[in-house]
Amino acid sequence: MAVVTEEPKAGFRLGMLIYDTRYRSITIQIVVLMLVMLGAAWLIDNLLSNLAALGRGIDFGFLWNRAGYDINQTLVEYTNDSTHARATLVGLLNTLLIAFLGCIAATVVGVIAGVLRLSNNWVIARLMTVYVEIFRNIPLLLWILMIYTIFTEAFPAPNAFRGETPAASMVMFDTVAFTNRYTAIPWLMFDRSLGWLPLGPLWLNLDLTAIVAALVGGFLLNRYILRRATRIQEATGLRPTTWWQCMLALFGPIILVLLALGTHLDSPSLQGFNFTGGLQVSNSLVALWLALTLYTAAFIAEIVRAGINAISRGQSEAAFALGLRPGRTMNLIILPQALRVIIPPLISQYLNLTKNSSLAIAVGYMDLRGTLGGITLNQTGRGLEAMMLLMLIYLIVSLLISSAMNVYNNRVKLKER
Amino acid sequence: MKQSVFLGTLAATTLLAGAALAQGTSTLQTVKDRGELNCGVNTGLVGFAAPDASGNWQGFDVALCKAVAGAIFGDASKVVYIPTTSSDRFEQLTSGRIDLLIRNTTWTFSRDTDLKMDFVGVNYYDGQGFMVRNDLGVSSAKELNGATICIQTGTTTELNLADYFKANNMTYTAVPIETNAEGEQQYLAGACDAYTTDASGLAATRAAFADPENHVILPEIISKEPLGPAVRHGDSEWGDVVRWTMNALVAAEEFGITSANIDELATSSQNPEVQRLLGTSDNLGAMIGLEANWALNAIKAGGNYGEIFAATIGESTPIGLARGLNAQWTQGGLLYTPPFR
Ligand SMILES: N[C@@H](CCC(=O)N[C@@H](CS)C(=O)NCC(=O)O)C(=O)O
Repeated sequence: MAVVTEEPKAGFRLGMLIYDTRYRSITIQIVVLMLVMLGAAWLIDNLLSNLAALGRGIDFGFLWNRAGYDINQTLVEYTNDSTHARATLVGLLNTLLIAFLGCIAATVVGVIAGVLRLSNNWVIARLMTVYVEIFRNIPLLLWILMIYTIFTEAFPAPNAFRGETPAASMVMFDTVAFTNRYTAIPWLMFDRSLGWLPLGPLWLNLDLTAIVAALVGGFLLNRYILRRATRIQEATGLRPTTWWQCMLALFGPIILVLLALGTHLDSPSLQGFNFTGGLQVSNSLVALWLALTLYTAAFIAEIVRAGINAISRGQSEAAFALGLRPGRTMNLIILPQALRVIIPPLISQYLNLTKNSSLAIAVGYMDLRGTLGGITLNQTGRGLEAMMLLMLIYLIVSLLISSAMNVYNNRVKLKER
Repeated sequence: MKQSVFLGTLAATTLLAGAALAQGTSTLQTVKDRGELNCGVNTGLVGFAAPDASGNWQGFDVALCKAVAGAIFGDASKVVYIPTTSSDRFEQLTSGRIDLLIRNTTWTFSRDTDLKMDFVGVNYYDGQGFMVRNDLGVSSAKELNGATICIQTGTTTELNLADYFKANNMTYTAVPIETNAEGEQQYLAGACDAYTTDASGLAATRAAFADPENHVILPEIISKEPLGPAVRHGDSEWGDVVRWTMNALVAAEEFGITSANIDELATSSQNPEVQRLLGTSDNLGAMIGLEANWALNAIKAGGNYGEIFAATIGESTPIGLARGLNAQWTQGGLLYTPPFR
């Protein structure tokens, strides 16, 4: 006799939303979501009605007004007649500059410190431990202020370089001057400068573009030569001599461009109150850069150490058994595998560094926080608008950095086939 | 980052608190209920507002806070002093954290309108100047081409500086600083050649140096800086209280009312305006929601305008400012209070 399994009645009662475990979790999620949205709506409504009560709606029009203030470090054309939007751009570029310099230096220092911390040399390993612990455990702001204060107090004012018997003198064959405001260094000047190409809000510096193009071109050419050499080696077993071709590819284009631009080095000299000529690297930039670098590098060192430790000892033992020297073992066997572990946390360190650069305000480095979130905000009183814009820009920059790094991560990560 | 989080929160609370304030309750009533006046002053500028050795706030701006507290409570000590920086002062006021801002603040068009402040008057007519070391060998601001200059951010002086150098075809490098104390330190360390701010602020800053004689304030005054107390826009009753308290101090000087003779004059003066001011006749106090003797208490707090000036920043103090524009109109100055009638 066949057992007729009665289909359960498909009726649906409201109570099931709470008592039936199939629906309960969904119910809870929907209720929570609605509460969150209600809360957000209440906050936003409150905000808007309060703004209205104060007589000021949200208005970004101030961005197109004249800024009226000067900025002490501008990577693009800017005067006090420019708009607040332009000042924001100047600040953003200063933020990107410090983030870029910081990430590169922090990676170099961090990798070296991380590898050395695993060194068999007791003294070196301990020294690195001390470095990591000191920098990781003292707030970054203190490091920035400390380095800045050292620069301000330890170096002489520019006018100490003046007179018959100056109290201070320039170093490196009279080309570099350390002062309590900036370091004046020689810098490239172009006799036959190409000038600027106006492209909307961003003017393109053609000299810089030409130099970058030459460098990238040289690099690509070099890569092509090496690949070709490898191909030939694989086909014939003989690797053609490449060193002079590589040299030519790497340095040829850039030398040609520099010659064409009529490049010469311009040395700083004291004129009036300050040095003119050359490049003045402000102490706030250097202090911020050093502090961000050393602080973040301490974390990166730990990440690198963890990454290397994650590779089983068998790998290095196998490499040694094959007769590879320790240096090559590290470069060819350990590091490439360790990178897979290292990259993801490294991304967040880059993001941290970029966001931490907003501490620049402490030493008067005019980054995004200093222009848009500082002077523009104060002078226009548009606190809410400026803060929202600031958060949006930092968000976009961070997302761009992490997506770029994720692309790289996908390339080095273990491909399971 | 901490700072921006802080400012963000501040902005948010501004808006939340702004509502409470906008809805009905007047600032005067709030202050009375609280029993204390929250007065926003600067973070420390000797002569204008700075704590003395025993931690009590003293100075020209502080005296006005005290006078307002005197007018409201009959007790000049009922003030809480809240230090504000040049960049957070307006936020502090709109958010309701302070009832009154007396912080070397210049009355400008955009602050009065767009920033929703109400300036109730001018307690010090000032202008922007430059201070340099003697040994720099500079005797005029016009010789500052190429100089590095320390400047407090968020101030009018920051904008004037840019305009002045452009108008004179000169260049400079700005070292932005947050507070006067930081500016002092940078300037003394030689990180900038010149320090610029309101001339009164320069005099006050210099007076606090160990070697004031080695610094000069250059003769050029490059702007108008009418410094005055500000209140939130939209509460005229509260603005009236502050405005007329300040006027009372000025009028007291004009009529020769001092802390020494005020009690006597209150009973014996035959001058009808003095009688009205001190509450012996009419009852002006009731018109602004205060006691009849409000002005008497305000003046008793620290004396009349001239007494306050002399005691805090006048020529006999280390700061040594002359009355100049801040003399009574009868003495060739700009102080001119409307009549108490
Ligand atoms: N009057 C100008 C400048 C005000 C200002 O910041 N003054 C300085 C020097 S006079 C000050 O009070 N500093 C004290 C502090 O940093 O707390 C303005 O309102 O923007």
